[in-house]
Amino acid sequence: MKHILSVLVENKPGVLTRIAGLFARRGFNIDSLAVGESEKPGLSRMTITIDGAEHPIDQVTKQLHKLINVIKIRDLDPDLTISAELMLVKVRAEGDKRSEALQIAEIFRAKIVDVDRNTLTLRVVGTTEKSEALLELLQPLGIVEIVRTGPIAIARGRP
Amino acid sequence: MKMKGSEAIVASLEAEGCDVAFGFPGGVMIPLYDALMDARKLRHILVRHEQGAVHAADGYARATGKVGVCMATSGPGATNLVTGIANAYLDSVPIVALTGQVRGDLIGTDAFQEADTTGITLPIVKHSYLVTDPADIPQVIHEAFHIAGTGRPGPVLIDLPVNISLAEMNYREPTGFDLPGYKPTVEGHTKQIRAAARALVDAERPVLYAGGGVISAGASPELLELAEMLQAPVTCTLMGLGGFPGTHQLFLGMLGMHGSVASNYAIHECDLLVAVGARFDDRVTGKLSAFAPHAEVIHIDVDPAEIGKNVRPFIPIVGDAQHVLARIVDEVKALGPEPGRTADWVARTEQRKEEFPFHYDEEMQEGELAPQYVIEQIDEVTGGDCIVCTDVGQNQMWATQYFKYRFPRQFISSGGLGTMGFGLPSAIGAKIGRPDKTVVDITGDGGFQMTMQEMTTAICADAPIVVAMLNNGYLGMVRQWQDLFWEKRYSATCITAQPDFAKLADAFGAVGMKVTERDEVADALREAIACGRPALIDFRVRQEENVFPMVPSGQSLDEMIGGHAPKKRRAKAAGGTPAAGKTATPAGRSTKPAAAPPGNEAAAPPGKKAGAKGGAS
Repeated sequence: MKHILSVLVENKPGVLTRIAGLFARRGFNIDSLAVGESEKPGLSRMTITIDGAEHPIDQVTKQLHKLINVIKIRDLDPDLTISAELMLVKVRAEGDKRSEALQIAEIFRAKIVDVDRNTLTLRVVGTTEKSEALLELLQPLGIVEIVRTGPIAIARGRP
Repeated sequence: MKMKGSEAIVASLEAEGCDVAFGFPGGVMIPLYDALMDARKLRHILVRHEQGAVHAADGYARATGKVGVCMATSGPGATNLVTGIANAYLDSVPIVALTGQVRGDLIGTDAFQEADTTGITLPIVKHSYLVTDPADIPQVIHEAFHIAGTGRPGPVLIDLPVNISLAEMNYREPTGFDLPGYKPTVEGHTKQIRAAARALVDAERPVLYAGGGVISAGASPELLELAEMLQAPVTCTLMGLGGFPGTHQLFLGMLGMHGSVASNYAIHECDLLVAVGARFDDRVTGKLSAFAPHAEVIHIDVDPAEIGKNVRPFIPIVGDAQHVLARIVDEVKALGPEPGRTADWVARTEQRKEEFPFHYDEEMQEGELAPQYVIEQIDEVTGGDCIVCTDVGQNQMWATQYFKYRFPRQFISSGGLGTMGFGLPSAIGAKIGRPDKTVVDITGDGGFQMTMQEMTTAICADAPIVVAMLNNGYLGMVRQWQDLFWEKRYSATCITAQPDFAKLADAFGAVGMKVTERDEVADALREAIACGRPALIDFRVRQEENVFPMVPSGQSLDEMIGGHAPKKRRAKAAGGTPAAGKTATPAGRSTKPAAAPPGNEAAAPPGKKAGAKGGAS
């Protein structure tokens, strides 16, 4: 099972290295990691997704907790969590392909953010599954480049 | 108060009660060393290699319970600390390491003597700082001591760019901690403590398994009280030795790979195992799936990440060993343990102790001392009242088996990392921390040569330690594995090409002695202790003596080899006398591996086992 960890950390130099280093040396694989400032000054919030089947999740969180700069960890319940990632994808769009790409973009409510004679660049926001589905449909057209932030997540309602 | 950054460092260290620092200067450390010249309370001990500084700080910390401090310059100075920092990390020893760093504006340019010290040490520190503002110095040092010494102790590194040391700053005393992410759990959970007390009172075959946490928490009195109240036998890990009196009737000895037969069988047969400040290391458990197969486990540890890491406990308790044990004692008292409930169990462990003591061939040929005898004599001559530091390998294991540790912080040894070369510098640190105590470094000819330059430090710092070298001309523990598991192919373990150690000690300005005969051992030790100067005794011991009993790597604790006593010892013991050549297995149990007789004629090695290859120390 995928776990989404929301980790509140001190925004100090080296924090990202400490966390990434901890995952590496304990042999935990990170699926994705997104980080940015939080509502509290001086604190950042990370969203880390990790495969819980591969690693005992309580070891992961306990080891993370030992880092002095880590303040709070929440293992978010997927059913009570809103998660979204941002993806930019550049596809080939010559001739007939162009209208097909535009149709797909419309269905997924992806925005066309750049266009030239040969390509279209789409921007889509949504769950990881939505990004995957979009990519599957775009695949036959020829994908040039994909950039993804990895999901960020927030618990529904009150904390 | 206006002062330089370097002066603020000294003032901050003194404010933390730091009275000694071990170190070695260098380019970027000149400002700090300049300030040290004017220090009133802080004494600096100049080592001869930075590794000596960090091990000395480690030995000082273990002997005194205070935070040990070491310092080194940028680049090579800092990288020379790395082994010792890793050593302190794995053994949870509180040290603060101060390293110089190149000027802030040069960081990242591959400047002269630049190394990414915080980066290199990241996986082996409890926490680290790179100071970027001189005004932060007092707060950083205050926090570093707090983090190093509380919770599960460990090393904290402070990297100090030289411009920070040179800068003028306004010294303001720190007013507290700003560490929202650091709140060690001290008090255990009441419900869990009650459950543990209930389980202890109900158990018929309990064993208390004490690790280094008992010593760092100062929980020895509580452990003793609990053990006596319940009449529960106690075994200690390498790190836990001294946490329970080795002379006590309920003490089983160390457990694990070279532990006592009594301990390892007690673990195998107990119905309740209480781990206190211990972490189920592979050298302790052997094959994990066969460890304590009949026992429910209670695990008490201040570090929540240790609980459930290797063994899933039936009752986990996160908290400081002293607090938790004190409360368990109270709860057990309230429940009122049934007198005599464990009597059969204690009798069984007693019988094992008598039947399978540590043993060795006491007939010594001329010029061939038994190394075990030397250790026994150290115990005898000092009356057990000395601090023992060890190196790593056979000397270390015999030191655990043949000396009875009577009080906490008496035994200082590199457990987790198994750092050869630890013995001498840690003994210097221990002696400086506890000048009232005799300090004996039990070492080997291999390990001693890794840090022997520190003999000069011992002389200059006036630290009269006794180096008891068990010289067998081999890297003994690796040779033992080659003997038992690698068909006696002694690849790169014979080190008979070596200096005359007695003369070498003499050249250092210490007292050097060479001992080859049994009846000279005690006198030499007495003389070394009495001389008031650093002394080294080169004990010429049997070259191919092995450490027994031994649980081959990856096997279960009941699969010991070489645990049985020779006939003449057994005759003294109560109970039956099983035939010679049998393994140390209790009656009725199948004898799985072939027994290796004690001593050097290991006739029946158990053959190459896949799991038995890696990592001899």
